[in-house]
Amino acid sequence: MKPIEVKTFKMDGQDFSAGPEETVLDVACQNNIFIPRMCELEGLSNVGACRLCLVEVKGSNKLVPACVTQVEEGMEVTTSSDRLQNYRRMIVELLFSERNHICSVCVSNGHCELQKMAQKLGITHIHFPYRYPKEQVDASHDRFVFDQNRCILCTRCVRVCDEIEGAHTWDVMGRGIDSQVVTDLNEPWGSSETCTGCGKCVHVCPTGALFEKGRSVAEMHKRRQFLPYLTMMREERE
Amino acid sequence: MTPEKLQQIAESERERQAQFADGVNVCVATGCLASKSQSVKGALDSEVVTRGWENRCHVKGVGCLGLCSEGPLVSTRSGALYKRVTAADAGDILDHAGKAPLRRLLCPTDMPFFQKQQKIVTENSGVVDPERIEDYISAGGYSALIQVLTEMTPVQVIQEVTKSGLRGRGGAGYPTGLKWSTVAKAVGTQKFVICNADEGDPGAFMDRSVLESDPHRVIEGMLIAAYAVGASLGYIYIRAEYPLAIKQLRTALPQAEQLGLLGTAICGTRFNFRIELRVGAGAYVCGEETALIASVEGKRGTPRPRPPYPAQAGLLGQPTLINNVETFASIPPIIRKGGDWYASIGTEKSKGTKVFSLTGQILNTGVVEVPMGVTLREMIFEIGGGIPKARKFKAVQTGGPSGGCIPAQFLDTQVDYESLAQLGSMMGSGGMVVMDESSCMVDVAKYFMEFCMSESCGKCIPCRVGTYQMHRILSAITNMTATAQDLKMLEELCDLLKNTSLCGLGQSAPNPVVSTLKSFATEYKAHIQEHKCAAGVCTPKAQEVCA
Repeated sequence: MKPIEVKTFKMDGQDFSAGPEETVLDVACQNNIFIPRMCELEGLSNVGACRLCLVEVKGSNKLVPACVTQVEEGMEVTTSSDRLQNYRRMIVELLFSERNHICSVCVSNGHCELQKMAQKLGITHIHFPYRYPKEQVDASHDRFVFDQNRCILCTRCVRVCDEIEGAHTWDVMGRGIDSQVVTDLNEPWGSSETCTGCGKCVHVCPTGALFEKGRSVAEMHKRRQFLPYLTMMREERE
Repeated sequence: MTPEKLQQIAESERERQAQFADGVNVCVATGCLASKSQSVKGALDSEVVTRGWENRCHVKGVGCLGLCSEGPLVSTRSGALYKRVTAADAGDILDHAGKAPLRRLLCPTDMPFFQKQQKIVTENSGVVDPERIEDYISAGGYSALIQVLTEMTPVQVIQEVTKSGLRGRGGAGYPTGLKWSTVAKAVGTQKFVICNADEGDPGAFMDRSVLESDPHRVIEGMLIAAYAVGASLGYIYIRAEYPLAIKQLRTALPQAEQLGLLGTAICGTRFNFRIELRVGAGAYVCGEETALIASVEGKRGTPRPRPPYPAQAGLLGQPTLINNVETFASIPPIIRKGGDWYASIGTEKSKGTKVFSLTGQILNTGVVEVPMGVTLREMIFEIGGGIPKARKFKAVQTGGPSGGCIPAQFLDTQVDYESLAQLGSMMGSGGMVVMDESSCMVDVAKYFMEFCMSESCGKCIPCRVGTYQMHRILSAITNMTATAQDLKMLEELCDLLKNTSLCGLGQSAPNPVVSTLKSFATEYKAHIQEHKCAAGVCTPKAQEVCA
C-alpha cells in the first residue's frame, strides 16, 4: 500500500494537518475557521469565481482562493486581515450594486446568504451606486420562480443541475456585466424539456433568485442537507 | 520526406523562379488589400499577359512588406520598393522592370524604418508566396524540422531553445525552454500543442501579419515543439476576425500534409503530428490560456484558476503546450542557426527580436521587427518617423488593454520585458499605439476600460462588476460630472481588480488607469476640479437624472 502523504501547515498562526488533495478551505471548515465564500458549496465542484475566499500565503504577493488551493507542506496561510476584509467588503458591495437587491421585499429575507455575508463583514451601506438594471422574472414553471433581479451569478444552480441531477438545464448566457443564468437556450423555464423539476437548483441558490411558488416575503427557507448526502452515497457506490 | 527530397523541392522551385528574367512582388496581406492591392496585382497579371511576358516576368502575391501606411506596396526583383501603387501604374512598373526604378512611385529603403529592423520572424514576409509551400521550402523552410527529426533528440531541441533565451511572445514573457521542458516531463496519455492566434489587443496586428505572410513558419515551429514535448495533436486557435490568415492556414495545412510534413510517420520517423484549426467566436478572453482550452473543448470560453497549469493538466486534462504565433515562428531560425546565435541578439534578459505593430499618431504605421533593447525614442522617432502634423508626442501605449501609457520622459527606456514592466506597462503581444497632444489621457483610459468591461467573461465578481463601476467613473470624469470622491473610489477599484480578479484580464484591466493616473494626474484633476479637457476631447454633459 502506498503511504498517504499528510502535510502540515500553519493557518492564522495555528498548526494544522491536511490529507492529500485537501484544500485550505477543507481544513478551515474542519476546524471551524470561517472563510467567507459565495460560489462554493459542499458537494459541488469548485470554480473559484466569487473571490471572497482569497487568503494570503506567506512568501507570495498573490492572493489565492482557499476553495481550490491545495495545502502544501510548510505553507503559512492568513485567512483574515484588514486588507482581505476590505477586499471582501468591496466585492460584496459590488454584488449589491449589480442587480436589484431589496431585502425588505425578498422571499429570502432573513435566510439569504448574501444578506448574512454583508452582516458578517460589517457592511452598513453600499458605496457604489446601484445599477438598477431592468431584469426579467420567469414564473413560467409550475412550482418554481426565477427572479434575475436577485441573481448573483454564483452558478451553483448550473453546477448542481449538471453535476448532481445530470440535466444541464441551466447555463450562463452573455458575458461580462450582461451575463445571465438561463434555462435551456434562454427559453421559458416552464417549457423546458430538460428540466426534471427536481428543485435542487432552488435549494442551492444562495439568494431569493430561485424560490418556490407561493412563498411570500421572508418565507423561503432553503434545505441543502441532501447535497453532501447525495455526493457521499455516490462516492460509496463507486 | 527526406533531407534530399526537401533539397530537391527547393532547387526545382528556385529553378522555376530563375526562368523569369524579372519579378514583381505585390503585397496581398490585409494592410495593403485594404488599399486595393488585389486590383494592382490583377492589373499587373493582365498587363503581363497583354505583353506576352508570361515567361519573362513573374508576378507574385506576397505577404506584408511592413510599411502599411504607404500601401499598396510593390517590390521588384531588382530591389526597388514602390509605394501607393494603383492599378493604373501596372504598365509603368513593367516598363521599368530590369531597368532603372520608376522614380514617381519609389519608396526610399534607406530610411530608418527599414535600416533599423532586424528580420528573423518576418524574414520571409514580403518575400515568399504564402500560398506556395515550395516557395517556403526554397527559402530554407522545413529544413529545421528535418534537422530536428534526423539529428536531434527531444532533449537536445529543448536545450537549444533554452539556450536561445527565447521568452513567450504572447505578453507575459515566460521562458519558452522552461515551458517546453515542463510539458515534456509531464505525464499523460496524450499531449497537445496549441498555437494561440487569438490576437485581440486593440492596435496589435503582428501575429496576423506573420500568419498571412508566412503560415508554414508557424506550422514548422509547432512541429518542432510537438517533437520536443512528445505531442501528437495540435490546434491553432485563431480568431474569426482574421479571415485571410485562416484562409492561408487552410491552404498551408493540406500542403504540408501532402508532402508528408504533417500526419503520420513524418519524414519516415515514428513521429506523428496533426494540426487542426479552431476558429474563435470573438471573445478577447479566449486569448487567456485556460479560457482558450475551454473554448477548444467546446465549452464556454471562461478562465479557471491556475494551478493546475496547462503544462500539467490542459486540454482534456492532458499536458498541453500553449505558445503564441510569434514564439512558434521564432523556433525554425533558432534551430537552423543555433540558440547561441539567437541569444547574441537583444538584451541580457530579453533575447532576440520582437515584432511590433506601430500605429496611432505616427508617420510610418506598420509591422516592424527590431532587436530587443532599442529605445522607445528610436521606435517612435526614427523607425516610426515621428508625429505627423508637427504635433507634440504625448504617450505611447504598449501591451494593449493590459498595458500602460508611457509618457515622454521615459522615451529613452529600452524596449524589453523588465524595463516596460518597471514603467507600469508591459511588453504585451507587441502593439504600440502612439498618442499626441490631441489625445485626452482620461478618454484613452476610458476607452480601454470600456474594452475590458465588454470583454470580461463575467465569471468573477471583481472583473464583472468592477470594470463596470470603473467605466462608470471614467465616463463621469470625461463628462465633467465626477467628484474627488469618485477618483478615490477609482483608485480603490484599481487595487481591488489587480489583486482579486481570477485571470489576467481582470488583474491587468486597471493598468491603463493606473499608468495614466501616475503620469497624467493633472489631466484627471483638470477634468474634475476645473471641468477642463486640455486636449479638447471631452465636453461637459448634463448629469443623467433618474426618471
